[in-house]
Amino acid sequence: MSRIQNAFKNGKAFISFLTGGDPDLETSEKLIYAMEKAGADLIEIGIPFSDPIAEGPVIQEANERALAAGCTTDKLFDMVARARKNTEIPLVYLTYINPIYTYGKEKFMKRCQECGIDGLIIPDLPYEEKKEIAGICQEYGIDIISLITPTSHERIAMVAREAQGFVYCVSSLGVTGVRTEIKTDISQMIDLVKKTTDIPCAVGFGIATPEQAQKMVQVADGAIVGSAIVKIIAEHGKDSEQPVYDYVKSMKEAVTKV
Amino acid sequence: MSKGRFGKYGGQYIPETLMNAVIELEEAYNKYKEDPEFKEELAALYKEYAGRPSLLYYADKMTKDLGGAKIYLKREDLNHTGSHKINNVLGQCLLAKKMGKTRVIAETGAGQHGVATATVAALLGMECEVFMGKEDTDRQALNVFRMELLGAKVHAVTSGTQTLKDAVNETMREWTKRIEDTHYVLGSVMGPFPFPTIVRDFQKIIGEEIKKQMMEAEGRLPDAVIACVGGGSNAMGAFYDFIENKEVELIGCEAAGLGVDNPKNAATIANGSVGIFHGMKSLFCQDEYGQIAPVYSISAGLDYPGIGPEHAMLHDCGRARYVPVTDDEAVEAFEYLSRTEGIIPAIESSHAVAYAMKYAKELSKDKIIVINISGRGDKDVAAIARYRGVEIYE
Repeated sequence: MSRIQNAFKNGKAFISFLTGGDPDLETSEKLIYAMEKAGADLIEIGIPFSDPIAEGPVIQEANERALAAGCTTDKLFDMVARARKNTEIPLVYLTYINPIYTYGKEKFMKRCQECGIDGLIIPDLPYEEKKEIAGICQEYGIDIISLITPTSHERIAMVAREAQGFVYCVSSLGVTGVRTEIKTDISQMIDLVKKTTDIPCAVGFGIATPEQAQKMVQVADGAIVGSAIVKIIAEHGKDSEQPVYDYVKSMKEAVTKV
Repeated sequence: MSKGRFGKYGGQYIPETLMNAVIELEEAYNKYKEDPEFKEELAALYKEYAGRPSLLYYADKMTKDLGGAKIYLKREDLNHTGSHKINNVLGQCLLAKKMGKTRVIAETGAGQHGVATATVAALLGMECEVFMGKEDTDRQALNVFRMELLGAKVHAVTSGTQTLKDAVNETMREWTKRIEDTHYVLGSVMGPFPFPTIVRDFQKIIGEEIKKQMMEAEGRLPDAVIACVGGGSNAMGAFYDFIENKEVELIGCEAAGLGVDNPKNAATIANGSVGIFHGMKSLFCQDEYGQIAPVYSISAGLDYPGIGPEHAMLHDCGRARYVPVTDDEAVEAFEYLSRTEGIIPAIESSHAVAYAMKYAKELSKDKIIVINISGRGDKDVAAIARYRGVEIYE
C-alpha cells in the first residue's frame, strides 16, 4: 500500500500545501513537521517555477520568493530527503512539467523515489500528454495525481479510469487562490469519478475557512488548502511554524467533525 | 504521442480546465476551414477590410546600393492596423464568432497583435480584453491608447518579467477563469495545439501571395525568403507555401539583443534547449532547472523566450535556418530602409532587413531575395529616437 493511500484511511483527509523554499528550505522542512503534527494527512510541496500559469497571485509570489532565495530542484530534493528520515507522511510534488522535463525525466523520478516523494501533481500535463512521463513514473513507483475540473464533464470517466493515488477535484474555474464562495456542483463531479473507480477524491482551489473545508468533505474524501497557508507563510516568513500549525490544526479538526 | 505534433515538438501541455476548450476549437476549425461560406467571408474581410493582397515591392535603390541580390519587400506593413497580425486575428475572430463566443482575449508584446484584436473585435461587435506586460505598456504607450480607443480593455501585467511571456501567462490564466463565452486569440504560431496550426493557416496567405506575385514579376521563385522570428507567425506565414520548394532558402531572424553571448538576448534557436512551456514542447531560453529565462530585445514583439514548434522542427530538419540579429544591427536597418526606400519598418521586421542587407551582398545579382516587412515602424519611432539619445516621448 502506497503512502498516499494512508492519507485517506482514517476518515476525511486534510491536505496542506507549501511552496518549497519559501521563505527558505530550512523553514519548509520545519513546516512539513509542523503540518504533520497539526494533523495534515498529506503534504503537497510546490517546486518553484518561473511561470506558474495555474497559480493566482499568492502562490505566484511564493514561487518568486523561493527562486529569489536560491531554491533549486536539487536543493529541494535534498531537503525532502532529510525530512523523509523524520516522517512517514505522504509527500507529493506540485510541479509544472518543464522542471521535470529539463531535469531529465528518469533522473527526476529516480530522485523522487530516493527522497521519498510519493506522487506528482502536474497542472500543465493533461490526460492527453500523460504518456510523456507515465512509463517512467510507473517504473519508479511514483503516482501521477490526475486533476478534474468544472469543465471536464465527459472527460471525468476517462481521467478517472487511469487515476492513481487520489483524484484532485478542482473546485472552480480559474487559478489557485482563496474564494468566498464555491459554486460548482462538486458532488456531481465526484459521483462521476466514483462511478468509474473507487479512488479517493480531494477538493482544492479556493478553500480557506474551516466551514468551507467542512462543506467540501461532506461530499469529498479530503480538502486541499494552498493559498491560505502560503499567505500565512508570506506574512510570518521564518516564524510561520506556529501560525501554520494552528491553522492546519483548526482545518483538520473541521474536516474530522464531518 | 498526442495531437498536434511537429516532429517531436508541439502538443497540448495545458491545464485540464482548458482541454475541452481546445478540443472544441479544433472541432470548430476543422468544420469551418473548408466551409465555403466561412472562406468567402474571410476572403472578403482580407480584401475589403485588411487591404489584401499586400504589395510585393521591388526595392530598386536598396538593391543597387547593396550591389548583390535583387531585393523584394513583402509589404505586410501596409495591411490595416499596420502588420501581418490582422490576417490571423480576422480568421480567429470570425471562427470565434461562429462558435458563439462573444468575448475575445489576447496577449500582446509590441501591441500590434493587441491592436489587431481590438480592431477586429470592434468590427465584429465582440468584447475585447488585452494583456500586455507592464514594461511593454510603458515602451509602447501609444498602442495602449490605440487599443482603448478601439474599445478594448488593456491590462498591464506586473507579474514576472512584465513582458510578452508574462502577458501570455496572464491571458492563459484569464482564459481558465472564463471560457464559456471567451475565445483566446493567440497571436503567434505557438501555444497548445490547435493554435500553431490555426495561426499558420491564417498566415500562410503571405507566402502564397509572394509566390504568385514573384511569378508575375520575375517568372520564377525567389532564392530566399527572410523574416523575423519571435514566436514566429509572420515567418511561418511567409515560409509555409515554400517548404515544398526545396530550392528556396528560408531564413528566420531572431532577436539577439545585446549579442548572443550576452545574457540580454532573446535568440531561442541560438541559445535555447528543448522544454515544455506555454502549452507546447519546443525550444526555450531556460536554465538547467527549466526556469524560463528573462529574455531581452529592443523589439517588444520578439522579446519572447520560446519559438513556435513548427519552427523548431524546421530548424531540426534543416529546412529553414535561423540567424541572430542584434539590437544595433536592427536599429541600423530600421534607419537604412527608412532612408533608402522611404519605408519605415517595424523594429521587429528590421531584424529581417538587417540580415538581408548582409546576405544580399554575399549573393550574385541574378539571385532574388524577399524580405517580409511584417509591420510598419511608426510605433517604434520614439523608442529608436531614445536609443539614439534623443529624448522624445509619444
